[in-house]
Amino acid sequence: MADPRIEVIDRRLTGVARIVAVSSGKGGVGKSVVATALALGLRRNGKRVGLLDLDFTSPSTHIILGAEGLKPVEDRGIVPPVLHGMSYMSIVYYSADEPTPLRGSDVSDAIIELLAITRWGVLDFMVIDMPPGIGDAALDVIRLIRRIEFLVVSTPSKVAYGTVRKQLELLKRLSVPVIGVVENMVMEKSPYIKAQVESEDIPYLGSIMYDPALEGAFGDIEKLESTEVFMSVLRIARFIM
Amino acid sequence: MHEWALAEGVISTVARLAEEEGLEEVTEITVRIGELQQIDHEIFLFALDQQRTPMMSKAKFTIESISAKLKCRVCGEEWQFSTESLGEDVSEAVHFVPEMAHVFIKCPSCGSPDFEILEGRGVWLASIRGRRKDG
Repeated sequence: MADPRIEVIDRRLTGVARIVAVSSGKGGVGKSVVATALALGLRRNGKRVGLLDLDFTSPSTHIILGAEGLKPVEDRGIVPPVLHGMSYMSIVYYSADEPTPLRGSDVSDAIIELLAITRWGVLDFMVIDMPPGIGDAALDVIRLIRRIEFLVVSTPSKVAYGTVRKQLELLKRLSVPVIGVVENMVMEKSPYIKAQVESEDIPYLGSIMYDPALEGAFGDIEKLESTEVFMSVLRIARFIM
Repeated sequence: MHEWALAEGVISTVARLAEEEGLEEVTEITVRIGELQQIDHEIFLFALDQQRTPMMSKAKFTIESISAKLKCRVCGEEWQFSTESLGEDVSEAVHFVPEMAHVFIKCPSCGSPDFEILEGRGVWLASIRGRRKDG
């Protein structure tokens, strides 16, 4: 038996010029914040942007964006609602923000389903907030979206970079383009991560300082766009455009 | 018309397989639809009909409905699940993303959401028949 969903994924993404997966080998490094701020930053630079939250078991971009009461429109598939000028898709539209306990095969099926039925239209960028690690979701995105590019997030910690390094190695082996590595939650500047990243011949896109004001900005887009974190991501957005 | 998107996938897959198999005409297309996803058969058939290509212009579509059979990974309970018991919002969520079943459905024996969907999840192209170019 053939799975008819796989066949239409390419077609659903035809109008999307670039697809950027914001990812990390490690959890808790701020991927969702970077992905959300990157999408907002690209939009602020006049780009047509979509944001897709693929972290099905722990989605959080809706909290960062303050997304409430949204639903996709059903029209020969589903059309994501527009939030803050971006097409925004998340599993929370369907999970009612309840716990979503999915095994790897279920995650794969849900990713295929959403990619097959979501009509993004014409976009300059689609930013994907990936779940952590190099498991099913990462492998599926690489398999299903052939034009995918990765933007990898680390913290200054050797522990975080230990897993990020393996992720970068995997992406290199699979010939997946890596835009670069962002160093997030920096308390004190240190040359360690930059040196490590550049020794792998991968661009170091810059650091984002730890900002205690960020927590109070979640859910309020005006506050979020006035944080130092957003300004740092805005510079990264301009770099990748 | 979420059915339209799934029908588009079926038509594209039929076209690709027919090409690979050297068929000049497709005469029969059989699609299996899992009950869990609650696809509206009438709308789905309409969508298939509207999107058929010249190569399959006379093809007969057959839809086979597969009941939802679930198995608990914790206690081993197997059960047939009827979507009739789902509320409207839940029903819609499972319709679009069947994996949302794990959010709203629990094992009737032990209450765990950790179950396997053995049968009846989504839409599958079961078979196509046709005539080869060389006869």
